[in-house]
Amino acid sequence: MSAPFGRRLCEVSENHSSGGYRVFSLLDREGPTPLPGQFYMLAAEDHWEQLGGRPFLPRAISVAETGPAAAGVRLDFLIEGIGPGTGRLCELAPGESVWVNGPLGNAFREPREVSAGAAGAILVGGGIGVAPLALLRRRFGERNVPVRVLLGFRDAEHSGGLDDLFACCEVRLASEDGHAGHQGYVTDLLAAMLTGDDAGSAVVYSCGPAAMLEAVRALCAAHGVACELALESPMACGYGACFGCAVPKPEGGYLRLCVDGPVIAGDRVAEVTHA
Amino acid sequence: MPEFCGISLAHPVINASGTFDAIAARRVYGDALLADFPFSAFVSKTITPEPRAGNAPRRIWETPAGMINSIGLPNKGLEGFLAEDLPQLAELPVPLIVSVMATGRPEFARLVEAVADREEVAAIELNVSCPNVHSGLIVGEAPAETEALLEALRPLTAKPLIVKLTPNVADPAAVAVAAESGGADAVSLINTLKASAFDPLSREPALAAGHGGLSGPAVRPVALQQLRSVAAAIGLPAIGMGGIGSGADAAEFIAAGAALVAVGTESFRDPRAGSRVAAELDFTSPQGAAVQPALDLD
Repeated sequence: MSAPFGRRLCEVSENHSSGGYRVFSLLDREGPTPLPGQFYMLAAEDHWEQLGGRPFLPRAISVAETGPAAAGVRLDFLIEGIGPGTGRLCELAPGESVWVNGPLGNAFREPREVSAGAAGAILVGGGIGVAPLALLRRRFGERNVPVRVLLGFRDAEHSGGLDDLFACCEVRLASEDGHAGHQGYVTDLLAAMLTGDDAGSAVVYSCGPAAMLEAVRALCAAHGVACELALESPMACGYGACFGCAVPKPEGGYLRLCVDGPVIAGDRVAEVTHA
Repeated sequence: MPEFCGISLAHPVINASGTFDAIAARRVYGDALLADFPFSAFVSKTITPEPRAGNAPRRIWETPAGMINSIGLPNKGLEGFLAEDLPQLAELPVPLIVSVMATGRPEFARLVEAVADREEVAAIELNVSCPNVHSGLIVGEAPAETEALLEALRPLTAKPLIVKLTPNVADPAAVAVAAESGGADAVSLINTLKASAFDPLSREPALAAGHGGLSGPAVRPVALQQLRSVAAAIGLPAIGMGGIGSGADAAEFIAAGAALVAVGTESFRDPRAGSRVAAELDFTSPQGAAVQPALDLD
């Protein structure tokens, strides 16, 4: 179902801390229920073009959870304040309004849609990139797709979503500082899992920093395991207008991540680099 | 109902070339786009003779009240445009203006002839912010180059030729006068202002191309003065643009001499910005009435 044409104001219903991140919720009275992997362009109605003129553009944020609300759909977003736009979104107070454009982009496919014979899913998330995997995990659970979840964080300050978005499922953790789970990278956990006997029956779904995604892509390619990667790219509009979110294709040329992604099959993307 | 170069338009707000992809937007929003199309005419992204992939990322950078872009004119080339894009753009409920660019007069002529030959096309915009490979000069930065290009293209079509002026010259009015002398029907301005940004941490250029073009509200006062000087120098209609985000902004451009206005960067923030600006510009409408207090200087 298409996103409503244009942007609309949605009310903030909640905003709470979640580890080092925050989770805020919007009440969307007009839009369809989003699919895992889709994103919204978000801008606070008030104090967006602040003193100094930034933030100016809306920010592309993946939806982390959704559910029915009294008069529409509840949208949950996991956010880390790393600049003027995400910083402003972290400050949203219940009752405030946010300009919303979406849901935009494509969605993760089910394992059998990605690879014939694949029965299960391995979700690999890093940092704030765990967000779209929360909704994906729940969808797979509802459809009885076996799911294993591997999440990695830099340190306690740069982690979140575990006690709310991933509260009800088993998660294998990695952290670079060793504060939780395996000390090291989440891709260490994936590498061990892919050497197991059942690796060929799984599809890997991943979202996180570029270096992590590139490691996931290379690992999956080496083991012959299909993967779907939710990428990130600087994006002004989210609906194909600005051509800012170019991602190189293996055969040359570029994808527009907003309309051709953000979920890209691992073999459809050249080396994942930070743009 | 405004009339522009013999074309009747429902309102005076169109899009700036390269800031709205109607084909992609229809994929995203469906036919709701057609039912409430934001612009009274649609200007295509610039078409070049051969396909272009565009520049390597990073391509965009947010700046105070604006952004810098170096997209690099990705497009399917003339043949791809005519075969794949034009039939889809012909389904839009508004007149179509096709933007073209080439690096030599024979190639420019080939583009203009091929595009003008199609009845779906109402007018042609000439993107002259490109070098002439023979002289090495940026056509739109040299009045003599601009006049010579128009003299070469004018005999090829009776359809309106609109010259998109670059703001990166000391005297844009001199280029506009040259365009008029060469036979142009209208001018549009401003294109983006040459601009740079650096990543303060890495100290590297923010954009892969090193530099780009600045757009958004940050350029609006510059655009207004350039429009004012151009409009005073020529007898042709002008399409004014540069950071328009509201009906009040559009009213300033009309005051400065614009026959039509174009919305560009604001469409990134609000996909229906064109419709909104048009409604706000009509001070007899409820939306327009609501904007009027913003016109005061307080």
